[in-house]
Amino acid sequence: MATLELSLDETEAAPVQRRRRLGTLFWCAIGWTVLVFAVAIFADLLPLPSPTDMDMLERRAPISAEHWLGTDGLGRDELARLIYGARISLIVGLCAPMIGVTIGGALGILAGYFRGRFESFVVGSMDVLLAFPPLILALAVTAYLGQSIFNLTCILGVLGIPAFMRVARAATLTLARREFVIAAQALGATHAHILLRELLPNVLLPLIAFFLLGVAVTIVVEGSLSFLGLGVPPPISSWGSMIGEGRESLDVAPRLAFIPAIAMFLTVLSFNLIGDTMRALTDPRQGAL
Amino acid sequence: MSGALLSVEDAVVDLPTPRGNLRAVDHVDLAVGAGKTLGIVGESGCGKTMLSRAVLQLLPKKARLSGRVMFDGQDLTTLSAEKLRKLRGRSLAVVFQDPMTSLNPVLTIGTQLIETIQEHLELDLAQARQRSTELLAAVGIPAPEQRLAQYPHQLSGGMRQRVAIAVALSCEPQLLIADEPTTALDVTIQAQILDLLAREQQRRHMAMIIITHDLGVVAGRTDEVAVMYAGRVVERAPTPALFKQMRMPYTEALLAALPKLDVPPHTPLPAISGRPPDPTRPLKGCSFSPRCRYSAGRCSTEKPRLSPAETLEHLYACFHPLAAGSGA
Repeated sequence: MATLELSLDETEAAPVQRRRRLGTLFWCAIGWTVLVFAVAIFADLLPLPSPTDMDMLERRAPISAEHWLGTDGLGRDELARLIYGARISLIVGLCAPMIGVTIGGALGILAGYFRGRFESFVVGSMDVLLAFPPLILALAVTAYLGQSIFNLTCILGVLGIPAFMRVARAATLTLARREFVIAAQALGATHAHILLRELLPNVLLPLIAFFLLGVAVTIVVEGSLSFLGLGVPPPISSWGSMIGEGRESLDVAPRLAFIPAIAMFLTVLSFNLIGDTMRALTDPRQGAL
Repeated sequence: MSGALLSVEDAVVDLPTPRGNLRAVDHVDLAVGAGKTLGIVGESGCGKTMLSRAVLQLLPKKARLSGRVMFDGQDLTTLSAEKLRKLRGRSLAVVFQDPMTSLNPVLTIGTQLIETIQEHLELDLAQARQRSTELLAAVGIPAPEQRLAQYPHQLSGGMRQRVAIAVALSCEPQLLIADEPTTALDVTIQAQILDLLAREQQRRHMAMIIITHDLGVVAGRTDEVAVMYAGRVVERAPTPALFKQMRMPYTEALLAALPKLDVPPHTPLPAISGRPPDPTRPLKGCSFSPRCRYSAGRCSTEKPRLSPAETLEHLYACFHPLAAGSGA
């Protein structure tokens, strides 16, 4: 057997970190999101008129120096309602998927790793939850427990659990067969170590991308529920309820429906764009194979 | 077999499949002494990997193992899960075939090394970090300090296999199982990785099992070679004795199938004709008989037993062994 003797010089240059360009669209999305977050958080500090003070003499007033976006059908300042509405949309839009990603993600990883009866139980109960009509559940809960931001967030959060569970379980199923998990077992890792250090960081990537999508979807769903009168109770404003109220005056003042709709559209689009870019940025498998 | 660090006694691994029971490992006996190297050679699907998984007690959940796996005086098959876990990594370590998939893609190399070290050894973060740097340097990785912060995809295949070896060596194991450590690598890197393994083995005085399909890999780098075919060990001998005179036709065929540098270009490579037998339908006779050119008579009706040749160490299972002097 002939052997090739190869003595390569092992002094390679120090590794170089490379940077990626992000593009203007991403920065626009970041800019819009930061703006929405900033005005929502500091709404109380801004020199805004009260979003609930009615002025019956100034109904549907046009855009002016006093009312930057005019007033709505009850004479309330449209800009103030838009900004306070952003608060509700963001609180519900962020907290509800948070519930989903925590509970659903944990169940999915455990089910995908341990398999067996536990997996059948989890998947079965998620199927039951999925089979329940979401609108009926929302109606039932608000009818019994009352309309509040907390209840709304909980309903939307619980409804999101099955989707997150499925994403986490699917990712775990493929990952648990990968060699690095067997390698970790062969090196004496505990179940907790494998779940938290080997699987979780890998499953987190699709979960985060799905979370941002979930935020966008929840904002829309919260809007739809508020539009139907199942969301936040009046006189609190949310983007969905503003669109719903603006519907009555579409012919005389279409801006009352369109301004919150545009705000919602831009916010949802921004979240999706950021989610996509984040996934591409943090995916180390890109170029790994 | 007394005094051996690891001895596998009459190991049988059965895998239930939809097509019937698959016997992946069929009554295998093996032993490795401390500081010694054993090569296990055979083609794809002959049970090499299942045997190594059986040693580690990491068989698929459905698989059934019978026989004994004695390591350092304890039977691994009866050990509790917690004791096994402590043994793996600490005393028994593995290097897998594909460094692309055996490292976690989302954790840095430093994290993976440091966490493995801290799992088994009582070291604080700074000490574990120091040890990781030394290990990376020992396996020939330049600028180890910077490499700790890198992800596996930022390294080449050879580098990754070096990292995988560093992880395996991190807790000074007594036995290292290298499951096709060079198969996924460039030919130019293969020799380097094998030399590295041999060097570290000598330095740490650990036992090593090299699993490969390449007889060239085990030649000169192992103390003993076991050739496996269809789940059975068909020939076992000290490496010099085996290469001096192989008795089993399968070993000869395996060696003949290696490309050689001294033949003229465009010479067809002698391949072993046919395929290995379906492991769910075991043959009555010798498993190699349908593909063997010496097959005759009782080869197809009776299974040859592993029996010694001139010396007690050289064992083979064949009714028509190659005559003395006719080997490669």
